[in-house]
Amino acid sequence: MKSLEELRALREKMKSQTDNRAVAGSDETVIKVGMATCGIAAGARPVLTTLLEEAEKRNLHNVSISQTGCIGLCRLEPIVEVFKDGQKYTYVLMTPEKAKKVIADHIVNGNVCREFLIGEN
Amino acid sequence: MRELALNILDIAENSLAAGAKLIEIVLGVYREKDEMSIMIRDDGCGMDKDTLSRVTDPFTTSRTTRSVGMGIPLFKFSAESAGGTFSIFSERGKGTKVLATYRISHIDRMPLGDFGGVILQLVTMNEKVDFLVTVKSSERQETLDTREVRNILGEVSFREPQVRAFLKEYIQENLVSVYGGRL
Repeated sequence: MKSLEELRALREKMKSQTDNRAVAGSDETVIKVGMATCGIAAGARPVLTTLLEEAEKRNLHNVSISQTGCIGLCRLEPIVEVFKDGQKYTYVLMTPEKAKKVIADHIVNGNVCREFLIGEN
Repeated sequence: MRELALNILDIAENSLAAGAKLIEIVLGVYREKDEMSIMIRDDGCGMDKDTLSRVTDPFTTSRTTRSVGMGIPLFKFSAESAGGTFSIFSERGKGTKVLATYRISHIDRMPLGDFGGVILQLVTMNEKVDFLVTVKSSERQETLDTREVRNILGEVSFREPQVRAFLKEYIQENLVSVYGGRL
């Protein structure tokens, strides 16, 4: 059993660490995962979890990952929208494996995973 | 939907869309009575009587992208096809409460699935909303109240990796352990 007292100790520890996140500027990448009934039923939750885990593993401070409602193309769910360098990329029919590739190739290295984009499907 | 936990996520998303400030989730597991219950209650905008009477119809929805809404019908179906019951109460301006019960041993009862993961996702992805999550059995009852967590953390985000890791363990060790993880 864990107690919230441990959280208090954790917070004290975190206070003393400098926050790199504040330094990350306006070059932020925003990733949104559709999380309505259609997305959830198609498997959006494992996709979101994978994106969060990969971003954490790679210490990606300038990436914000969030969820959104129905994007309107239920048959292509799970859908992941990436807003990067002033452009919007819509990845469709996503899986945790594809999500890993998008983080590695697109978010980290800047090579768009064209084969997963909506235009290719 | 393959897991009841995903239904919980889906219904809670409705609460978020209804502008709830506090969402209460209660999972009750009573193996000796062969009964399980899921309750989700919010203080969002609620529904009027007319909408409420049509809400279990898949052709009723609040969204504008198309005229089909499957969330509530699927949740109702999950309970009623597993020897359980489904009920929904709502009042305009006050909020909505959804309650489903299940017979645990029923052959058509869906597995609960990753309940802990769903709670972690709800709590960390929606920091502006408070969650009160309770898991009950006849021997034990455990709670996660994000208002308490927020009091301790102050301005520190739930999404900080260390905080998220703590919450993940807290949910597993305190909440999920009440029913033993497999259900």
